[in-house]
Amino acid sequence: MYETIPADELKTVGRKSPRVDAYEKLTGHAPYVSDMVVSGMLYAAVKQSPHARARIRSIDTSRARELPGVRAVVTGAELDYRVGLYVVDKGILARDEVRHFGEAVAAVAADTLMIAQQAVRLIEVDYELLDPVLHPLKALEKDAPLVHPRLGDYSYMEAAFTPVPGTNIANHTKIRKGDVEKAFAEAEWIIERQYTNPSVQHVPMETHVAIVRWQPNDEVTIWSSAQSPFTLRNLFCTAMKLPHRNVRVIVPYVGGGFGGKAGIGIEPLVAVLSRLSGGRAVKLTASREQEFSLLPCRSQLTYRIKTGVSADGRITGQHMTMYWDSGAYADYAVNVTRASAYSAAGPYEIPNAWVDAYTIYTNKPFGTAYRGFGHVEFHWGIERHMDLVAKVIGMDPVEFRRRNTLKAGCRSLTGELIRENTGSVDKCLDAVCASINYGSLTKQEKERQKRTGMKIGKGVACFHKAPAMPPFTATAVILKMNEDGTVTANLALTDYGQGSYTAIGQIIAERLGFAVEKVKVAFDCDTDREPYDWQTVASKGLILSGNAAILAAEDLLARAYDVASQALRCNQIDLAHDGEKIYVKHHPESAVTFRQMAVGFAYPNGNGIGGPLIGVGRYIAQGLSHLDKATGQGNPALDWTYGAHGMIVEVNEKTGEYNILKVGSAFDVGKVVNPDSVRGQAIGGMMQGLGTAVCEGYIYDEAGHLLNPSFTDNKIPTSVDMPLEIECMVVETAQIDGPYGARGVGEHPMIGVAAALGNCLQQATEAEITHMPMRFEDVWRAIQKREPVDNWITKSPYGSCKSSPQVQGHHPELGC
Amino acid sequence: MRKIRLRINGDLYERDVRESKTLLHFLREDVGLTGTKEGCGAGECGACTVFMNGETVNSCLVLAVEADGADLQTIEGETAEDGSLSAVQQAFARHHAVQCGFCTPGMIMTVKDLLQRKPKPTREEVIHGIESNFCRCTGYQQIVEAVLDVTGQLPDSEKEGLKYV
Repeated sequence: MYETIPADELKTVGRKSPRVDAYEKLTGHAPYVSDMVVSGMLYAAVKQSPHARARIRSIDTSRARELPGVRAVVTGAELDYRVGLYVVDKGILARDEVRHFGEAVAAVAADTLMIAQQAVRLIEVDYELLDPVLHPLKALEKDAPLVHPRLGDYSYMEAAFTPVPGTNIANHTKIRKGDVEKAFAEAEWIIERQYTNPSVQHVPMETHVAIVRWQPNDEVTIWSSAQSPFTLRNLFCTAMKLPHRNVRVIVPYVGGGFGGKAGIGIEPLVAVLSRLSGGRAVKLTASREQEFSLLPCRSQLTYRIKTGVSADGRITGQHMTMYWDSGAYADYAVNVTRASAYSAAGPYEIPNAWVDAYTIYTNKPFGTAYRGFGHVEFHWGIERHMDLVAKVIGMDPVEFRRRNTLKAGCRSLTGELIRENTGSVDKCLDAVCASINYGSLTKQEKERQKRTGMKIGKGVACFHKAPAMPPFTATAVILKMNEDGTVTANLALTDYGQGSYTAIGQIIAERLGFAVEKVKVAFDCDTDREPYDWQTVASKGLILSGNAAILAAEDLLARAYDVASQALRCNQIDLAHDGEKIYVKHHPESAVTFRQMAVGFAYPNGNGIGGPLIGVGRYIAQGLSHLDKATGQGNPALDWTYGAHGMIVEVNEKTGEYNILKVGSAFDVGKVVNPDSVRGQAIGGMMQGLGTAVCEGYIYDEAGHLLNPSFTDNKIPTSVDMPLEIECMVVETAQIDGPYGARGVGEHPMIGVAAALGNCLQQATEAEITHMPMRFEDVWRAIQKREPVDNWITKSPYGSCKSSPQVQGHHPELGC
Repeated sequence: MRKIRLRINGDLYERDVRESKTLLHFLREDVGLTGTKEGCGAGECGACTVFMNGETVNSCLVLAVEADGADLQTIEGETAEDGSLSAVQQAFARHHAVQCGFCTPGMIMTVKDLLQRKPKPTREEVIHGIESNFCRCTGYQQIVEAVLDVTGQLPDSEKEGLKYV
C-alpha cells in the first residue's frame, strides 16, 4: 500500500522517531507482569521431574497439604485436559508418565512463595525409571520406545501436518519439485554432507510469568508475559472447554520473547491452581533454571544435504532431509519443520528438489518457535554447504552463490514465482561483499596478521525467510480520536521490544498527515478491549498490522470528512486536511478542526452530528494457500525478506581462538519505517545469532539430565563479545502489499550469522566445521583434523557431526 | 525478623524484614520499587543492579539486613523531581538503546557507575564497563553509542547508523 510514494514526500515513515515506550522503560515505570500484585494473590511453585522418562507410580501430597499457608495442591492425576497448538499432545501436568527432565508433575499455591516452595519439597513422587530416547535418529529406529504411544488418538491441524502413529514422528512434511534422480544422473558433481546444532534457550530477560484469577462463576482473567493474547485465549478456552467470552487475557509490557512466549505455556496450570483456591488470583514466575527445563527451547536439527551441480556451477538438483528434535511435545516444532521444509534450500533456485522434514519426539525439554523459526538452524547447514560445494567444484563461494540466487522469474521450492518486487538477495550479497572487501586482504589486515600471528578469513552467508503462518492470517486496528484531536490506536499485536508500536504509530501519523506526537499506540493488550490479532510472531506484524493501521486511518478520515462536508456545506471532493483541520480547498478559511469533530460536531445552536470518530482497519493475508501434502506445492509466503552477512574473522591456528573483526549485514526490508528500529533489530538479531554460533547449547548426560540450565554453564553474549565493527545496510525493493512498501525484518538478522562465521573459519584455516556452536575447542579440533567431540549428549552413539563430506565427481585435492 | 533503617533515593525507610530476604526482593516487595528487575536471582545477569553507598551491587546477592543504615539509589531515583530524564536516560532514548526494557534499569545503574569512575571512557572502556549486564535484545551497540554520546565522544561517522545501499 502506498509503496510508490517517493521517500522525500513522506513526512514520518522512513524518518527517525523516538520509541513510544522509551520513557516508561528508562524510568522503571513500565509495568511487567513480574512486577504486578493482584489483591488476595497467592504464589505458585512447581514440582519438576528429575528424570527424562519415568512412570509415575504414585504421588504423595499429604505432607504438602498439611503445611500452614498452602491453599491448593494439584497433580496430573486430577487434570484430564490436553493442550496443544498444532498437535494436542500435552497435559497440564504429567499424567502417568514423565517425558522430559524438568517436566511439571505437581504444583502448589500458597500464601507466600516460600511456603509454596517448601510445600513442593514435601511432595514425594514414586517413579519407575524407563529408558529414555534422546537422539532423534535413534528415536526413528524400529524398536525405539514411543514417547507418545497414543499419538494416533490425538487431534491435530490436518490441513498442515502429518503425524505418523506408531512412530515418534510428530509430523512429516514433503516437498517434491521436478525430478531429482534425473538431475543427479546428469550432474557433474554430487556433494553430500550433514550439519547439526543442539537445542538452545531463548533467554528473554523476563522469565515466563502469569497471574490467573479463575472466579467460581468460570470467568477467568489471565495476566501473562505472552506474545499472542488471542492465541493464548483460544488455546486456553479449547483446552478448558470454556466459552471465549468468559476468558480475558491481558498482556502489559513483556521483557522479551523471541518466540518462547508465542503460544500457551504456564497459564493453564496457574488457572487450575486459582480454581482450586476458590477463585483467588495465583502468580507463577518461572525461575531462570525453569526457563531451561520447564519451558520450551529451540529444537536441535540434523540436516543432511545432497547437491547435484553442473559443470558451469549451477545447482541442478538437491535432496534435503531434516530431522527436527521436537523433544517431548510437538508445540511449534511441527510448524518449524513445515516452514523450514518449504524454505530449505535458502535463497537459491533449485529446479529439482526433494525435501523430507521430520519432527521427532524425544525425551527432552520440548522445542518451540525461536526467532527465525528454524531458519537459523537450517541456514547453518545450507550456507556451510554452499561453501563446501564451491570448494569442491573449484569456484569462489560468492560467485557460486551469485549463479544460483533466486531472481525474478525463478520458482521457489513450492513453485511460487519470484518477481522483481519480491526483493533482491543479489543486492544484499553485493553490499556485504563490499563491506568486508571480500576476496582479498587490505594492507591493514595484512599488517594485522603479521602483528598478531593470527590468520584472517572472510566469508559470507545469504538467507531468506517468509512468515510461517496460516494462509488466512488476519488482524485489525481500531483508531479512536480523542477530544483534543489526538488519536489512540488499539491492536492486539504485542510489542515486547521489537519496536512495532513505534513503527505503527509512524504509519498512522503518515496516513493521517498528523505529527507523530499526536498518535498513541496503547500498551496493555486486553482481549476484552482490543480487536483480534492471530499472533505476534513470524515477522508478520509490520505488514499485517501496518496495513490494518493504514485502513483504520483511512476509515477515520472518511468519517471525519463526512462530518466536515455537512458542517461546511460542501462536497467531500472539495475538502482537504492538515494536522489540525479539514478545510475547503478553494476557501481555506472555511474549516472545521478535528478537535471540533472528535466526539461529535455541534452547531452553534447546540444541534449535534457525527459522534465519536473511530476508524476500523481489518487486514487479512491475501492470495496464500495451503501446501499440497504430497508435493508441498502452493503459495505459503506473505513476503520474502532476503539478506546476507559478510564477516571478517581472525583465528589463532594453534589454539582455535578467534576474534570477529567485522560483520556487515544487508537486508532487503522493502521500506525502512524507522531507521533506528531497523538497526536495533539488525544488530540485536546478529548478536543473538552470534550467541547461537559461538557458545550456546543444551548439554545432556546419557540419562537425559540437562547439565547446564544456568547462565554460568550456558553463556549468552555480553558486550565484550561484540564484533569490533558492525555495519548495517538496507536495500529497499518495495513490497507492493506492504505498508508504504515495508516488509518484516524482526527475525532475519539472526539467520545466517553462524554459517558466515563457519565459512570465515574455514577460509582462514581449512577447518571443516559442521556443528554449531563453534567453541574455541571445537575450532581447535577441526584445525587439527580431529573428529569433533560430541558432548551435546555425552557419549552419544551418534557423532553430532561427521566432518568429511561425501563427494562424487572430480576434484584432485579431495581425492575423488 | 529484624528492623532495618535505610535511605532509598533520598527517602528514609524503616521496615521489619526477614533475615533471609534479599535486597532485591525487599525493594520490589516490601518497598514497592519494582523498577529494579530480577533476571536470574544468581548474580549472573546484572538486571538487579542498584547503588549501595555509592557502589553498584547485584541486589539479588545482598541481604536486606546488610543494607541496614545504607544509602541506596535505584532507577526510580534517576529522573529529576519534575520527571525529566537524566542525561544517560536521554541518550538511551536518542539511540534506541532500549528494546524490551527489562535489562534497562540495571544497565543504566551500571553506566552511571562507569561514568562516575571514568567521566570520559573510551569505547573499549564502555564495552568492558557494561560487561556485567546482559541485554538479549539490542546487541549492546546502541547502548555503547548512547554512553559515548553522553560524554560527547561519539564519532560523527557512527551518528548516521543505517546505510542505504
